[in-house]
Amino acid sequence: MQREWLRERGVRDWFHLPFAWFGDRTAFVDFRIPLQFFPTNRRLEAGMPFILDMAPVYKGFTADIGYSGSLGPNPLQDRLLADLEAHRELILREVRERRPLREIYQDVDRLMVRQGYANRHRAYPFGVIAHKVDRVKERRWSPHLFGFGTQSLKGLASDAVHGHRDGWSPLWSPYRFSDHPPRPGLWAVEPHLGFRGTGAKFEEILVVTDSEDPEQSAFWLDDDLPHVRRWAEDK
Amino acid sequence: MTLEGARERWVRTGGVELCVAELGDPAQPTVMLVHGYPDSKEVWSEVAARLAGHFHVVLYDVRGHGRSSAPQPLRGGFTLEKLTDDFLAVADAVSPDRPVHLVGHDWGSVQAWEFTTVKRTEGRIASFTSMSGPSLDHFGHWIKKRVSRPTPRRVGQLLGQGAKSWYVYLLHTPVLPELAWRGPLGKQWPKILRRLEKVPGGDYPTPSLPTDAAHGAWLYRDNVRARLRRPRADAYAHAPVQLITPLGDVFLSEKLYDELELWAPQLTRRTLPAKHWVPRTRPDQLAAWITEFVTTTEGGRTTSAATGPYADRFGGQLVLVTGAGSGIGRATAFAFAEAGARVVAVDRDAESAARTAELSRLIGAPQAWAETVDVSDEQAMEKLAEKVAAEYGVVDVLVNNAGIGLSGSFLDTTSEDWRNVLDVNLWGVIHGCRLFGKQMAERGQGGHIVNTASAAAYLPSRTLPAYSTSKAAVLMLSECLRAELAGQGIGVTAICPGFINTNITSTARFTGVDAVEEKRRQKKSARLYGLRNYPPEKVAEAVLRAVVRNQAVVPVTAEARGGRLMSRFTPRALRAIARMEPPL
Repeated sequence: MQREWLRERGVRDWFHLPFAWFGDRTAFVDFRIPLQFFPTNRRLEAGMPFILDMAPVYKGFTADIGYSGSLGPNPLQDRLLADLEAHRELILREVRERRPLREIYQDVDRLMVRQGYANRHRAYPFGVIAHKVDRVKERRWSPHLFGFGTQSLKGLASDAVHGHRDGWSPLWSPYRFSDHPPRPGLWAVEPHLGFRGTGAKFEEILVVTDSEDPEQSAFWLDDDLPHVRRWAEDK
Repeated sequence: MTLEGARERWVRTGGVELCVAELGDPAQPTVMLVHGYPDSKEVWSEVAARLAGHFHVVLYDVRGHGRSSAPQPLRGGFTLEKLTDDFLAVADAVSPDRPVHLVGHDWGSVQAWEFTTVKRTEGRIASFTSMSGPSLDHFGHWIKKRVSRPTPRRVGQLLGQGAKSWYVYLLHTPVLPELAWRGPLGKQWPKILRRLEKVPGGDYPTPSLPTDAAHGAWLYRDNVRARLRRPRADAYAHAPVQLITPLGDVFLSEKLYDELELWAPQLTRRTLPAKHWVPRTRPDQLAAWITEFVTTTEGGRTTSAATGPYADRFGGQLVLVTGAGSGIGRATAFAFAEAGARVVAVDRDAESAARTAELSRLIGAPQAWAETVDVSDEQAMEKLAEKVAAEYGVVDVLVNNAGIGLSGSFLDTTSEDWRNVLDVNLWGVIHGCRLFGKQMAERGQGGHIVNTASAAAYLPSRTLPAYSTSKAAVLMLSECLRAELAGQGIGVTAICPGFINTNITSTARFTGVDAVEEKRRQKKSARLYGLRNYPPEKVAEAVLRAVVRNQAVVPVTAEARGGRLMSRFTPRALRAIARMEPPL
């Protein structure tokens, strides 16, 4: 549905196709291989949590966004969503401090454990909490491979090659190749909390610049988002 | 008699006079307790006293029992139809406008199944709690099914229950049972109950026992053969049913209830590790479950929120976990919460204990509290024990889990280090067992203690002398305590996890090295434990399973199980391994 809607509005390529996870699939229960991210026949029922995540490419610009919620009241997921706010603040603060990405990753991990949750972004390819997004060339034919657009994969791969020479990586992971300060560009950041069959995440674009001013050196692209509005309402 | 403060009245019906006792406020929902064989309404005295604060509690002596009169002639006077007349007469007398909540034990439950499944009582019964008494109609179908389609398993089940029903055959012989009950058996019965069924003495059974038992033999003779041969096909329950199954019942197999959902669509299952006479041996638990069931039914709900495994066993029980702020303790608290237990999360870090309690409430614990206590502080633990007993009740399951790590050679370990480790890892467990174990034993209604030892308890190593010593002590303490408390129905389990991915590595002390090196080793060991990546949630599952099965020593993870085997069969190999330096 989302694919069709966006196609009609000019989206021709995807960084990755839209994903939707329902129920305990939001916490990636028993996920071992990335193929399990793909849709199953599960129906959304009352009280079930859900996560939507998609990355359309519009005129060469990539947007990678994710959003969680539930059908009807789900106090547990509400709690998880509320706890995501601390992660949003933590990530921005530490990126502005220019801490190595790997250390930020570990701090996010520690915060999750303290909150009592499991780190579920570890289930993503390479265990990434974030990845770089970039402009991609528009082609008439844009196939995708395992749900990821080949053009975007090409961009990521070329970044990875360049980065490898200069000591950085377009993937923000817990591994040694992410042991470098944040690199200017657009980062799609997606911390994902899991707790006993319920998961919650957000995915937003974090803009990192080479500005000296800490305020300008990194900021969230958009502050008017459903989850941010929720946090503001709760206060 | 034993029912203190009861108001008595007599109800005349079908040629007999029934002795009815009432407790509590008549404006509250009516809970009617029906006794079994060979008993009188006084079997409920402990449960009734606990329920009287919330409900209008009604008990009556079944015809021919206690002070109710017996039908004349006895033969044919005890059919289920007549017993249903009695029930309706009593219900109309004590609660004419509102349906009643039925509770039956043994033959009281057999009768109550009849009440709950016949048409003419529809609208008079709000709920039914059954213990140790199946519907004869369901039982008849159960037998038929197994006889007509015998598979090895079904034949086994038939033979098993057939053997457990030996007394039913005896009761069908004429005159002899009456003679035995009025003679030697009646005299010996209290002693038999105490010895075999662990029923506490006191003023139960009542002096009317020989006549109760003699008359009650007609319950069997008038109903069993007729109903088992021709079970009713329409015996569907028209009220929500709560089934409480004592797992140690020597008269009834739990397999009897395998397909009960077919007959009772709104079924809540509960199990407890006890023998047949639960109204005498487990009054607290029964009163709690009855209260919860009646309250939720009155509130219009029938299913409980807890969905986790073992919800039938731990629902509503009080579980206290120390070290619940992180790691295995937190995962254990969550697992019990998912099973519907009330959780007390104890940790020396207030914030993380509060967090555990809060999340526990969100995933199914009806209530959860956080307590900030350092388990090595004796006075603080005493205060905690007093507070818990006064405000939350007697703990049903205690998990002594709090522990700290200490690594480093013996010669580098100062006496201060030793004191720290032993204070938390050993003394914390001692305080917990001493204070809460005492409360359990004094209550005399069973319970369970789980102590978190470690695979290090039986695996010697040159790097963990203090830690291993403390855990070995916990293991032996658990074994000794298990022997001591077995007679009181309290189980003790030692859990021996291997390398579990928790924060114990990053809080562990490393002796004989400077701060920088200590930090490095903490990081390194955390990384190695992370690579092993055995989640604390799996240890929590093992804890719940161990309590349900009452296991003595439970190694968790492959290395813990393998180590245990080696410590038994190849101790010399273990000693050789113990000499090696770990790769830190």
